[in-house]
Formats: sequence, C-alpha cells, structure tokens
Amino acid sequence: MRGECDCFVRCSPIYMYEFPDVRIPIGDVVEKFTDFLAINFEAFFDFIFIIASGMIKGLEAGLLAIPWWILMIIIFLLGWYFTNMYGGLLFSFFIFLIGTFDLWPETMTTISIVLISVVLSLVIGIPLGILSAFSKTMSSITRPILDAMQTMPSFVYLIPVIFFFPLGNVPAVIATIIYAVPPVIRLTELGIRNVDEEVVESAQSFGSSTTQMLVKVQLPQALPTIMAGINQTTMMALAMAVVGSMVGAQGLGERVLYAINRIDISLGFEAGISIVFIAIIIDRITGGIAKRLQKHRRNAA
Amino acid sequence: MTVKLKIENVSKIFGPRPKKIIPMIEKGISKEEILAKTGHTVGVYNASMEIMEGETFVIMGLSGSGKSTLIRCLNLLNRPTSGAIYVDGENVAGYNKTQLKYYRQKKIAMVFQHFGLFSHRTVLENIEYGLEVRGMSKVERQKIAQKHIETVGLKGYENKYPDELSGGMRQRVGIARALANDPDILLMDEPFSALDPLIRREMQLELLDIQNRLQKTIIFITHDVNEAFKIGDRVAVMKDGKVEQIGTPEEILAKPASNYISEFIRDIDRTKILQAENIMMKPFGLVSLKDGLNVATQVMRENGISSAFVTDRKRQLQGIVTIDQAIEGIRHKQTLEEVMSTDVITVAPDEYVQDIIPYVLESKYPIVVTDEDKTIRGIILRVHVLASIISDSTEETELETEV
Repeated sequence: MRGECDCFVRCSPIYMYEFPDVRIPIGDVVEKFTDFLAINFEAFFDFIFIIASGMIKGLEAGLLAIPWWILMIIIFLLGWYFTNMYGGLLFSFFIFLIGTFDLWPETMTTISIVLISVVLSLVIGIPLGILSAFSKTMSSITRPILDAMQTMPSFVYLIPVIFFFPLGNVPAVIATIIYAVPPVIRLTELGIRNVDEEVVESAQSFGSSTTQMLVKVQLPQALPTIMAGINQTTMMALAMAVVGSMVGAQGLGERVLYAINRIDISLGFEAGISIVFIAIIIDRITGGIAKRLQKHRRNAA
Repeated sequence: MTVKLKIENVSKIFGPRPKKIIPMIEKGISKEEILAKTGHTVGVYNASMEIMEGETFVIMGLSGSGKSTLIRCLNLLNRPTSGAIYVDGENVAGYNKTQLKYYRQKKIAMVFQHFGLFSHRTVLENIEYGLEVRGMSKVERQKIAQKHIETVGLKGYENKYPDELSGGMRQRVGIARALANDPDILLMDEPFSALDPLIRREMQLELLDIQNRLQKTIIFITHDVNEAFKIGDRVAVMKDGKVEQIGTPEEILAKPASNYISEFIRDIDRTKILQAENIMMKPFGLVSLKDGLNVATQVMRENGISSAFVTDRKRQLQGIVTIDQAIEGIRHKQTLEEVMSTDVITVAPDEYVQDIIPYVLESKYPIVVTDEDKTIRGIILRVHVLASIISDSTEETELETEV
C-alpha cells in the first residue's frame, strides 16, 4: 500500500487530521440543568431575591439618609483610626470629590451592593474555609471548584444567573459572590492550617474540646490571614461593579456602561475613578484592621 | 515511694498502617530500612519505665531518638501504636474522648520547647487557659492564675502579650500555665533548649526550687547531658527509639550500659555530678586520741604515710598529726592532743567535686569527709579528684599514697 504513494500525508486516512465527529454536550447539560433549577426551585430563588433585594434597598436607603458631611467625617475618623491622620484626610477628600462628580447616589448604591456581596461571601466563605481546614476530602473537593470560579470569565455565569432572578441588583450580587468568595475560603483554610503546631498541641494538652480549640485558639490565631482574605474578597467584589451592571445592577458600574455606549470620556473617567476611590478607602481601612490584629500575633510562638 | 506512671512496652510508629510494622522491628530490621521499604517511621520502640511519685525523671537523647514522641504518648498527643501507659494504675492509652479530656484537664500538663503560648492572649489569659477550658468562673480562675504568675516571678506582666516578653519570661508563662492546672504530672519537652545559656541555668535552678516546694512528678526531656544530670533524680537515655539505660546520674556515670552512652557522657562535667562520697576512699592510718604518739608514728610507718588523722573513740575527727610533729612531741614528752593540729579541712559527703577542688589545691593534707557529727566517712586525696575528672569509671582506685 505504502509503496504506491508518493508521500505519506496523502495516503493517510483523513481522520488522522480532522477531529472525529463526536460531540460531548456538556454545555447542553448545564443549560438543561439551569432550566431544571429555574423551573423547580422558583420559590427558593424568589425567597433569595426578596431577602437580597431587601437588604440592598435597606442599606442603600440608610446610606443615602446620612448627610454628605457626616459621611465625610465618619470616613475621616475611620481613616485616622486605622491608618493615620493624612489617610483620613485623603479619604474624606475622595468622598468630597465623588460628591463634586455628582455621582453620590450611584456611589451609595455601589457601596451597598458591594457590602451586601461581601457580607454574604463571608457568611458562605468562612464556614467553608473552616470545613476545608479540618477535612482533607472537603479541601480536595473545594480546591478545583474554587479554581474554576476564579478562572471562569465572569460574563459566563451571568447568563444562568439571570435565569433565576429578574434583572437588577440581585443577580449582580450573586455573580459578585461567585467571583469574590474564593479568597476568603482559601485564606480561612490557610490561616487555620498554618496555626503553629505547638500552639495547637498546647491547646490540646489542656483538654480543649474541638469547639473550644476552634473558637479560642485557631480562629483568633488565623484572624490576620482571614482578614487578608476579607480584604481580597472586598477588592474583587468592587472589581465586579461594572460587570454586574450588565445584568442590570445600578450604581457606578451602570454609569460606566452608559459612558461606554455614549463614548462619553468625561463621565466614564469620573465614574471609573470613583470606583477606584472606594476601592482605596476600603482597602486601606481593612488593611489597617488586619495590621492591628497582626500586632501581637507575629513573634510569639 | 509509689509508682505514679508506668510505661509498659510502648511503641509508636508513624505511617498509614503502623501495626503491620511491629513484627518487622521484632525481627530486628533497622529503623532506616523500615523507612526505605515501607515509608513508616519508627518513633519509639518497646519503651518501658516506671516513674515514681514526686520524682524528676529525665528522658535524654539526641534529636530523632524518640524522646519527644514518647513524652507525647503520655498525654496522648500521640496515640501509642501498642503498649500501655498506667497512671495511678489506670491505662490511659485505652481512654475514650471524654476520659481523655478529663485526664488532660486535671492530671497532666505540658510545657513546650517553643513555649506554645497563645499570642493573641495576654500573660494572664494564657495562664488562665487550662482553667477556662474546664469551665471555671472568671473570677476564680483569675485568682489562681495570679498566684502562679507570682510563683514564676512575673508579677506586673499580667497584661503584656507574649511577644512583649523575652524568651525566658515566655517560658515562665509556659510553666505557670501548666502549674495553674495543678496537675499531678508535669511534662516538659526540652523547655529550656530555646533559651540562651545564662537564662537556661537560671531557669534550671528555679525549676529545682519550684519542684522542692510543689513536689510534682516531672518528666523532663532534654538533649543536654549536663542538664539531664543536674535536674534528674533518674535519667533514661534513648537512642533510635529504644531505651538504652535507666538509672540515677551517678549510676549511669559509673556504669554506662553501652558504648553509645559512654560516648554520650564523655564530655560531661563530672565535677558537677559526682559528690564527695562517690570519690572518697576508706579512711586509713587513723589514730585514736588515747593511743598516744608512739602508736601514731608506728601507724604512719606501717602505712608509709607522713601524717595521720586523730579521732576519738566514736571515730569523730579531732585533728591531724604529722610525722615531724609526732617525733618532736616524743622528744619533748608531749601528748598527742598537744602536738596535733586541728585545722583539718572537712567536707560533707554530698559536696560536689567542683566545690572540693579549691580545698584540694590549698591543703597539704588529705581532705576528710565527715558527717554532721564529725564522724569520719572517708578521705579524699588530690589523685582522687583528678581521677574523677578524667576516668571513665569511678571505681575506687587503690593508689599508692604519698601525702
């Protein structure tokens, strides 16, 4: 057979070079599963929607009820306490600038969405992190899922989320949680696993129960690491502000999208820099809290 | 003295299927071979010992000898693979979770090499921990903790955090925390190894002092022979997970059970461990007061010595007479009592050799070892002191004496 051909390539069967016509429809399965969930768990998702949207509305209304100058003072004091006086001054100046951009209500909306997302992320993430720290099985299950959550482009899971919830702030919060929860899970696990072995042994040697060990020793010892996770989670939640607006979230993200459509450089920059300001303020303040917690925990084994 | 803690054929093997390894060790396969073939680490093999109530028992060995593994078996931070551990006659190795919790809360406490302090708690809160875990009320436990802060000399540091203290002070917190639980048994896992030498010595003395007052049963781990022999009433030497020898420091110094132990104790400062009664020889050439000078010269001549100690009827030391004094005395018709000199240097039987050295250097005559009532127990010559420092064994050496 071979001898008759002038070259190997031409004689080779075609299927060596073209992918066989098989299809493994994972995408379809996911779609069907999404449909199934949307139809059968409607009540459940409605319940989540009511809770989440209620929380966001409440927080937003609360923030908007605070006069702008009181908020500036609060930010100044927080900044002063957790960083230094110049930090406080800078942060309140940022808030002032946001006011001058005429983006005050949008900013408050964004802050509420972010804070609610972060709180829910912590409620989900910290217990999961604790479980992963104690169980190797749990850890080996969560790790690939967390990897996928962090690398999957965030637009992709926006699609199923809008099946479950009406367009608006709630699907944005859910998408934000999916995107932002991995760091707090990972760092909670890491923090607990990294507690000095002798410290754990000494707690054991006094006859601590598992709960006493966790509450009195492991969590307090891991707190600085957990705090770093909370900081990361918050930053990632802010980064989702614009993406979340694609499923109808209001706030600064929505302004950015609007500016993109209008090619409005001025509005785009002002809304964008406002997000940066909030990010800096939250990062420095949570960072300051972490540093404070770190103070006595570093040197003494 | 009653047996407080009895360790019976305890083995601890680390790895996925530890029980399967026991027969391999019984066949005499070495630790290294087992690790290479099966991936199991032999921590402790077939250790047995009895520890008395109120005793300070030291387990000594180099790193990897299994001493830390063994001490962790005693409060079940490590579950022994086989064997039994009896505390007050009860086998704690078979305890269930509740019994174990109670045992750790009430009976046994541990001090760690790197202190194992809770860095997020103040000194006072650290010391309270054991009592807090038991569910004691805050007022009560603070009172007890305060008392122990004073025991270890940390008054005024109650509200400091561990990272604000020096290494020595941190370990004081560790000790106070263990004592606050009022345990029968105190486990100390190389507690002073992480401290610098001056502080270490201070802490050793303080531990001896605390032990004198509290009379706990202490099990103390160290890799330092000097520390072991200084602190321990009895010492167990471990090597490759096995117990090589158990005995008092003097016994081990006198009769090391193996070459390994001889090697181990070679560098030790014997003068700090050996006492006068370990190196003295039987007194010879004694003269009784009533014997008189003629007998004294005769005794000296017979023994080939140039001086003799004078005693009374109860063998209580009276003085020393030299051959010159004796001859002079006979010439002037004096009595023994008149010519002898009374400035003899005496030491107690439990005096350490290092404290005897200055006397030996200073004195022309042998040193006399006497009881409190001045009864002669033995004499020490310069050669005895030298021999005690150098020789590998301290068997009494009959030396030709020249005084």
